[in-house]
Amino acid sequence: MLREFPVSIQLEKRNVPSVLFSAVSPLIALALTLLAGAVLFTLMGHNPLEALYFYFVEPLTETWSLHELVVKATPLVLIATGLAICFRSNNWNIGAEGQFIVGAIAGAAFPVLLPGFESFAVLPLMMICGMLGGMAWAFIPAFLKNRFGANEILTSLMLVYVAELLLDWMVRGPWRNPEGYNFPETRSFSGWQVLPEMLTSGRAHYGALFAILGVLLMWFMLAKTMKGFEISVIGQAPRAGRFAGFNPKATTLFVFLVSGAFAGLAGIAEVSGAIGQLRPSISPGYGFTAIIVAFLGRLNPPGIFAAGLVLALSYLGGEAVQVSLQMSDKVASVFQGMLLIFVLGCDTLIHHRVRISRTGTDAASVGEVKNGTV
Amino acid sequence: MGLFEAILLSIVTSATPLLIAALGELVTERSGVLNLGVEGMMIMGAVSGFAFGIMTGNPYLGMLGAIVTGALFSLVFAFMTITLVTNQVATGLALTILGLGVSGLWGEAFVGIPGVRMQPIEIPLLSQIPFIGKLLFAQDLIFYISILLLAGVSYFLFRSRAGLTLRAVGDNHVSAHALGISVAKTRYLAVMFGGACSGLAGGHLSLVYTSQWIENMTSGRGWIALALVVFASWRPTRVLIGAYLFGAMGILQLHIQAQGVKIPSQFLSALPYIATVVVLVIISRNRRLTMMNTPASLGKGFVPDR
Amino acid sequence: MTSDKTAATSSVSQMDSVMLGVKGLTKRFGEVVANDDVDLNIMPGEIHALLGENGAGKSTLVKMLYGSLQPTAGEIIWKGKPVRIASPYEARQLGIGIVFQHFSLFDALSVADNIALSLAGDENIKSIAEKALEFSGRYGLPLNPRSMVGDLSVGERQRVEIVRCLLQNPELVILDEPTSVLTPQEAERLFETLEILKGEGRSVLFISHRLEEVRRLCDKATILRNAKVVGECLPREETAASIARMMVGSEISHVRKQTSDKPESQPLLELNDVNLQAATPFSVTLKDINLTVGAGEIVGIAGVAGNGQSELFEAVSGERLQGHAGAIRMRGMDVGRKGINWRRKHGAAFIPEERLGHGAISEFHLSENMLLARHQSDKVAFQWGHGLGIIWQDLVRKATDRVCEMMDVRKPGRNPVAASLSGGNLQKFLVGRELDRQPSVLVINQPSWGVDAGAASRIRQAIIDLARSGSAVLVISQDLDEIFELSDRIAVMYDGRLSSPLSAAEVGREEVGLLMAGIGISEDRHAA
Repeated sequence: MLREFPVSIQLEKRNVPSVLFSAVSPLIALALTLLAGAVLFTLMGHNPLEALYFYFVEPLTETWSLHELVVKATPLVLIATGLAICFRSNNWNIGAEGQFIVGAIAGAAFPVLLPGFESFAVLPLMMICGMLGGMAWAFIPAFLKNRFGANEILTSLMLVYVAELLLDWMVRGPWRNPEGYNFPETRSFSGWQVLPEMLTSGRAHYGALFAILGVLLMWFMLAKTMKGFEISVIGQAPRAGRFAGFNPKATTLFVFLVSGAFAGLAGIAEVSGAIGQLRPSISPGYGFTAIIVAFLGRLNPPGIFAAGLVLALSYLGGEAVQVSLQMSDKVASVFQGMLLIFVLGCDTLIHHRVRISRTGTDAASVGEVKNGTV
Repeated sequence: MGLFEAILLSIVTSATPLLIAALGELVTERSGVLNLGVEGMMIMGAVSGFAFGIMTGNPYLGMLGAIVTGALFSLVFAFMTITLVTNQVATGLALTILGLGVSGLWGEAFVGIPGVRMQPIEIPLLSQIPFIGKLLFAQDLIFYISILLLAGVSYFLFRSRAGLTLRAVGDNHVSAHALGISVAKTRYLAVMFGGACSGLAGGHLSLVYTSQWIENMTSGRGWIALALVVFASWRPTRVLIGAYLFGAMGILQLHIQAQGVKIPSQFLSALPYIATVVVLVIISRNRRLTMMNTPASLGKGFVPDR
Repeated sequence: MTSDKTAATSSVSQMDSVMLGVKGLTKRFGEVVANDDVDLNIMPGEIHALLGENGAGKSTLVKMLYGSLQPTAGEIIWKGKPVRIASPYEARQLGIGIVFQHFSLFDALSVADNIALSLAGDENIKSIAEKALEFSGRYGLPLNPRSMVGDLSVGERQRVEIVRCLLQNPELVILDEPTSVLTPQEAERLFETLEILKGEGRSVLFISHRLEEVRRLCDKATILRNAKVVGECLPREETAASIARMMVGSEISHVRKQTSDKPESQPLLELNDVNLQAATPFSVTLKDINLTVGAGEIVGIAGVAGNGQSELFEAVSGERLQGHAGAIRMRGMDVGRKGINWRRKHGAAFIPEERLGHGAISEFHLSENMLLARHQSDKVAFQWGHGLGIIWQDLVRKATDRVCEMMDVRKPGRNPVAASLSGGNLQKFLVGRELDRQPSVLVINQPSWGVDAGAASRIRQAIIDLARSGSAVLVISQDLDEIFELSDRIAVMYDGRLSSPLSAAEVGREEVGLLMAGIGISEDRHAA
């Protein structure tokens, strides 16, 4: 019986969200994740401090790995920025992974189908097609939600599996490189088809610039314009949204298309800048990890920028401990899952006071014994 | 055994985990909690079922391990969404991400090694009935459990007082609280029941469906189970129909692939996912039906008013 | 404590027979004291009124008596013994039953299921249904145990609540604002039921702000103000005004109303056969509604909650559109197919019933809530950037300050979030937000619902002043006193239909009450 549980946790709604906890809750979540990570490493028979060092610090000590950090942060930040406006407006697009893939396929159509087309125009065309591809894929759940009321969580997610299979078919079937010794991949992009590196010192490509521009654009829209206001209103109180004369269906369509475009751009930038061809698998789950990035960044573009770097580090750290400690790179997804859990838990502190009390069993104790109020 | 019989048998096998996971989620959602972590709880059930199975050499202990692991894992979700009142959608996603990660880490050592398999139990006499005897009365234990669960959940929800309380909490948690019903306790139990069912469904995959551990072996079944609950408009018997329809679709596309039909295999593999979308659209079109049946406080956190 | 003759003179024997005693009961929520050293004694067979303004602490006290809140200090004495009521379940065990103001019912369950949920044990639904029928006959509360609660009217729901409460055989019945949702005639019937209970030796704690009915019905009254008991009285020996003075602590300025003397004024708002299909299974369909509101006129729409008032608001505001443009006309323009912002831009203003979640967003700052309703009507002032829609935060804030000053909105800080304002202050802000634009048509739903007396009188005065300056005002309210206080003409909503408006000066409460019960609103009135 839960009633006899010795300690009970009670929440009390704050009238005004706590400014303090809005600022520090992601930090508390990070600290808790590190702590839990230390426990995990210890359980797996490693020195926790050493393992945490390999995971979180070592990747930051070398130039090439800093470049890798940027390469990985680029799609995460781009996708998460788009997702942020979806989540703010209470539209649960969790199919960004699929939009990323379809964006990559659409953008890759130029180098694959027209390999000879090598002018400076091809790169912008690829990027635009990537965005259109992502938008097209995101349009489906938005349309089904608006027109039929179909749950967008499930439809957008199902389309991820479909997109993965579509990519698999493309690279094994019609788009397979004829000179590729039967490997399931397309021909490699070259010349203007490749999104160039920003610095000569490493792999970080111009996709990072898109991410920064995307963050700035979205920040401006959310903080300064009616469109951003409308998105927040509809997410917070749909009825107030109708009172304000906003059209929730138009908003649903808008946020899905924008997030699809961002995810699609991330997809083609990844393929054109980091991979250089289409393969059966082009993403280690960026579309899902970006959900964590969006929440860790508190659905705020500048926060997302920082959160994207943190989650990119979690991928790098996973690879690092794989090499240095012979651990599975699955450690990365464990860290990511824990981080999201802690972030969500800590956000409770922003809107609620938490009261931990000992449940008195004797009838004499009137009221609750307060041990602490956060 | 003819081909037709073999197909029917494999449909039962592929429908069983869907049925169990969806029934569990149905109870959870009837209490007003939307747990999107079915996929994560299921994969945890699969890996733990496998682990406990080879550890003890006994598939039934493996199954038990899967159930307990699923329930314990769902406790994380329950604590977050019920006690800390976090967003249920996001927390469910987090649970899935965490489950996929933890299971991958735990299961790394199991890749490629054979596990234990649950053998069919023939029910005397009944299994002798031609055709349906083999199909329905010479199955593994988890199949029988799935049928018992269906009957049990239907009885519990619509015939028992505790089930009435659970539906009341799902309909209006403010009223329930005012009457002195413990919303939190009801929901904790409902979430853990859902977790146990998802765990069992995952265990079925690694103890019956195949007897091995494959990373991400649930491959979206948890999400399909979630869609089945909507498809069934929160009614247990309709979950049965949905689970078997989807099970059939999964098996038929495999058989079509095996027949060497000239359709790319990826297209056939995509069928269950596309079908899920289509089914959701068809069901949701009837808004009145969905609105009448959706538990009114589904997905909404509850903080007792002072 | 104030002069309390009864308590001072009460003898020991009297104390023994007290049904429920409350001594020094205090409840703190953090910094806020919701109940401060409250004393209360209820005798057997007594109908005891608990009076107080919104926010005086009535519901906190009731929740402690019913076990859903635990007191910080003080004690509750039940039939001479101190008790700790840890849960509603324990309250019911003791013999305390409650009928909630916002019913604690379950829409998706049957009446019998709803009743079963508050009964202990495992009695089967069928026998519960039979008992419910028997009780409903005995106390004159007709109901059908098999119907879904979601399909019931507000009055029927209250009957379910009362029967559910009585099935537990309570010795004390607490009724929280029971008549606020009833027609006058339904209220009469409720009083008869309460008299039966009294005759059976049960006590009733009757919470209300309607002083006339308290004077008629109640044997004794305890008055709360700012969390404290400020007095007790025998209501039959007081006047409504003297009780009101105790509740509010000061004289409430009377609303000045001059009747409109322009009978043939220019129509500013016209509804011509307005129809609206119910959006959800539990909402109401509007049927052939006709009404004209002229310049300088206030038309009040009375009715029991849930008869289509919020749907009417949605139709008139343009949150939901009409099938043809002429169905709604404002200032001579067909607006039936125009959205809410178009109507606002052409001089209309709307104030919905629900403040948080409809008229305002709780976590938004006041300036953002300003923008919520006025981003299009004041587009020139509040936005720039050629369609980019960049917000002039500064100007929005200045307008917010202006409104707050005009309506005397008390708030923490310059621009706090809406949730941090009291109900009365938030409503003053929402009313001010619209009046600031000098609208020529104002539609307001439940102007003073859950608002303290001071704010209510200020809001009502502002509405009247607006009408007298030549605007047309449509007031929707469930509070008949408010309807009569404000309106020049009164129409009644029942089941999605609207009666023909009657002159407020010539119509009586009884007649309006009958209309509220659906008697006299003919279905084919329009055809005739």
